[in-house]
This record gives sequence, structure tokens and C-alpha cells, in this order.
Amino acid sequence: MTQTDIRAVVLATLKSIAPEVEVDALSGDRPLRNQVDLDSMDWLNFLLGLNKRLKVEIPEADYRKLVTLDDVVAYLQAKVD
Amino acid sequence: MIEFKLPALGADMDEGTLLEWRVKPGDAVKKGQVIAVVDTAKAAVDVECWQDGTIGELLAEVGQKMPVGTVMATLRAAGEKAGEKAGEAAGKAVAAKVGDGGTAAAKVGPGGTAAAPAKLPQTEPQTAPQAAPAAPAQRRLISPAARKHAAENGVDIDSLTGTGPHGAVILADVETAAAQGAPAAPRPPAAVTAELPSAEKGATRIAAMRQAIATAMARSKREIPHYYVSEDIPLARALAWLQAENSQRAMAERLLPAVLLLKAVAVALRGYPELNGWCHDGAFVTAERSNLGVAISLRQGGLIAPALLDAGTKPLTTLMQELTDLVQRARAGSLHSSELTDGTITVTNLGDQGTQAVFGVIYPPQVALVGFGRIVERPWAEDGGIKVLPVVTASLAADHRVSDGHRGALFLRELAELLQHPEELDKEAS
Repeated sequence: MTQTDIRAVVLATLKSIAPEVEVDALSGDRPLRNQVDLDSMDWLNFLLGLNKRLKVEIPEADYRKLVTLDDVVAYLQAKVD
Repeated sequence: MIEFKLPALGADMDEGTLLEWRVKPGDAVKKGQVIAVVDTAKAAVDVECWQDGTIGELLAEVGQKMPVGTVMATLRAAGEKAGEKAGEAAGKAVAAKVGDGGTAAAKVGPGGTAAAPAKLPQTEPQTAPQAAPAAPAQRRLISPAARKHAAENGVDIDSLTGTGPHGAVILADVETAAAQGAPAAPRPPAAVTAELPSAEKGATRIAAMRQAIATAMARSKREIPHYYVSEDIPLARALAWLQAENSQRAMAERLLPAVLLLKAVAVALRGYPELNGWCHDGAFVTAERSNLGVAISLRQGGLIAPALLDAGTKPLTTLMQELTDLVQRARAGSLHSSELTDGTITVTNLGDQGTQAVFGVIYPPQVALVGFGRIVERPWAEDGGIKVLPVVTASLAADHRVSDGHRGALFLRELAELLQHPEELDKEAS
């Protein structure tokens, strides 16, 4: 999968949890949860959605590495490859 | 004959719109079975029957907006014959106050069938403005049974002259007209499922929710003398246990700290019955189970607090699944009536995006609310030294008519103690 493909999956997953979000307005290098109102349950569902769509297992210890949209995309890309 | 009335699905509801019937006359129903779907300011709610029986008549119409307490249907208890319904049901319907604002009409038809959603007298002053305006004074009065019979038999109800109270068109009028071959109705029978009224959509709906919250919270602050206590609780042990537990679990099975906090509240409540229950007109009744109302914020604004039923007896894995499901359904606007009426205490958990502390407003008729702030690392003095630990501030807002600050403080200390033994908390059953 290309980075663009993964990004699209990430944004689609995000949109399924926060339908009101305008994905084009998101900055890739700023903390995602400062830009989108995601509570603990939303965040968990976001990661679970990525797990389901991309078949990537994300250990809980890695959750804290996933801060910005770019972090998430890069992390997933490394796992998918 | 039992009257099935529109229940108040929370202190913030005073009317609802029938979206769908899930049963028809003659259906046997069990306690807990969903019999109708009702739209409130907050969600479409599956309304459950509170006892076994057989559906007699459906009196409320799909699309009808009605005040809480309106008789929606009649129900026969086991062993009761269909023929017994007439006298008793009619007596009750007539005894109930007929809406003088032109919202309802009661009348006994020729078959002895009571057919009217009668507005019940308000048991308490209506201080909040109605979210929706009352029906215009000139509105034509048509009993639901009459409307239904007209739809089924193709009678144009607008052409009939009513012989009921205030000129209401009643079942007898429709039956007479049908027998005489009255003009056919120009429109097809009503759809089984109503669309949400368009006025309720979007911005209006959010305004209605704001109004519902305003009503409940104003009542709370007007009637309940709140007191507040808080306690900082170290969570190093609890989080270490969770981390170890979660590392063994697949992603979908992992537990959030919130679940541990909820379970601890439910278990701690066992020793503090004066915090768990309902206060009606100053009289407090302790609840046997701990049904934790969980405050869930909705994406479009507002919040709702459906209950995790009997949380004290469930393992953490079960609670996590139920919480996930509850949040999902609350956001999708699909909850069960028992979840909205059976909460015995509310827990608000700000989670990791919140502030360090929250002091809540009690959700009447409950008598307490537990608040958890964000879990943060803080300096913690212990055994003459200072460590850095994850800490959460727990608060209790409670009703001073029912309990005192001393007991409230002991409850929070008990909560703190339980959270030091997470593995036992998981096993804790009843």
C-alpha cells in the first residue's frame, strides 16, 4: 500500500467516528486529538477501526507514539509493509 | 386491563413522539420486550413493556406527539379476558383529565372501547417553557382509534361531523360513516413508521436537547441541596495492572481505565446505600442494584446518561463491552427505555482530554454523582518521600437531604481503597 492509500484509510476511519470532521482542514503534523474532539472511547474505536481495515495489530505500548496524523500514517505503513 | 402510559425517559423529558409500534393488538408481550419506539429530544428510544400481558388496543398513533403519562396502549394481564376491558379502561380514561387545551378527547365507543390519550394532571408545576408549542386551539379533535379505523377503512375523516366531547370525531362516527359508505379518503393509509418530524431535525433538535438539559439541571439545582467532596486517588497499581492485562489481550478486548473506575464506584456503593437510589418528593428509596448512568457527550452537542445496569456484579471485560455498546448506541440515538429510567447514580468521566477535576450536577431523581477528572502524573508524598504517580481526582456531588458530607467522604475513601486492588475488583461479583 502506498502512503496515500494508507492516509485515505486513516481519514475514512476517522470520518466514521467523527462524521463532522473536515479532513482537508487537518494538519498532518499537529496532534490529532487537539484538532478533532476524540474522547478515550473514540480514540480506542479509531485504532480498532484501523486494526480491522488494515489488519494491523497495535500494542497498547505503542498508543503513545500515535500523536499526529503523520505519526499514525508512518506507523501503519511500517507495519503494513 | 392495564394502561400502558408513555414513561418519562429521564427527568428531562416531558413529551415524546411515537415513531413506531413494534406490536399489534392481540400480541403476547413479555416484560422487557420492546413494544414501541419513541423519539425524545435526545434519542429514539426503544420503549420496553414492564410486565407480561397481551396487547389490547394501540391508542397512540404513529407520528403523534404526546405528553408523558399519555395512555399509549391497553394491555391485558395473563388470564384477563378481552371482554373485560370495556368498563375499567373506559372509567380510567374518563377519569383522567381531558385536555382542555384541545390536545385530547376521551370517549367510549359503541363497542365500549375507550379510545383516547388523556392528558394527565401535572404532578408538579411546569416551570420550564415547552420545547414545542401546544397544538393550535382550533385543531380538530380526532381520537386515535377513530383515525386508525378511518385509515383502515378508507374513510375521509375530514368530512365527518364529530359527536364526541368538544366535537371530537370518535370511533363511533367513523364506524357509522363506514357503514353508510362515506367518501373515500384521498390519501393512502398512514405509513407504519413515521419519519422524524422535519422541524426536529438539525438545529432545532439541538435546541430541543439544550432545553431538555436546561429543564433537568435547573430542577436539580432548584430542588437538591448539593454538597461536594473530593479525593485524589493514586492509580499506579491500577494502571500497571491494566497495562499487564491489556498486553495479553487482543485490541478489541482491551480495557479502558474508565471501566475500572466504573466498577469501583459500583462496588463501593454497596456500603453506601444512601448514595444509590432515587428521591421522589423528598422520600428516598435505596436501589438494590447499582445502575451507573454514564454521561456520554454527543458529537452534535449535548449529552445523555444511559445506565450500565447492575455494574457491580459484572467482570471488567463484560463492562467494557457494555460500555462500548452503550456509547455507540447513545451516539446513534438508539437506547432502551430501561437504560434511561433505571440509573441509580451518574458517573461522569472526563477522560484523557478533560480537566483534572469535575464537580457535577445531580440528575434527578438520583441523589449522587461521581466525577472523575483526567488521569495525570503528579508529585505524590508517601512514606516520607516524594514520587511521581498517575493520579485521578474523584469528586462526589450528593443530596444533603439524604446523606452527609462525612459519609460522602468515607465513600470516596472506600473508592480509593478499592482502586488499589484492581485484580480483586475484576473478580468482585455481588
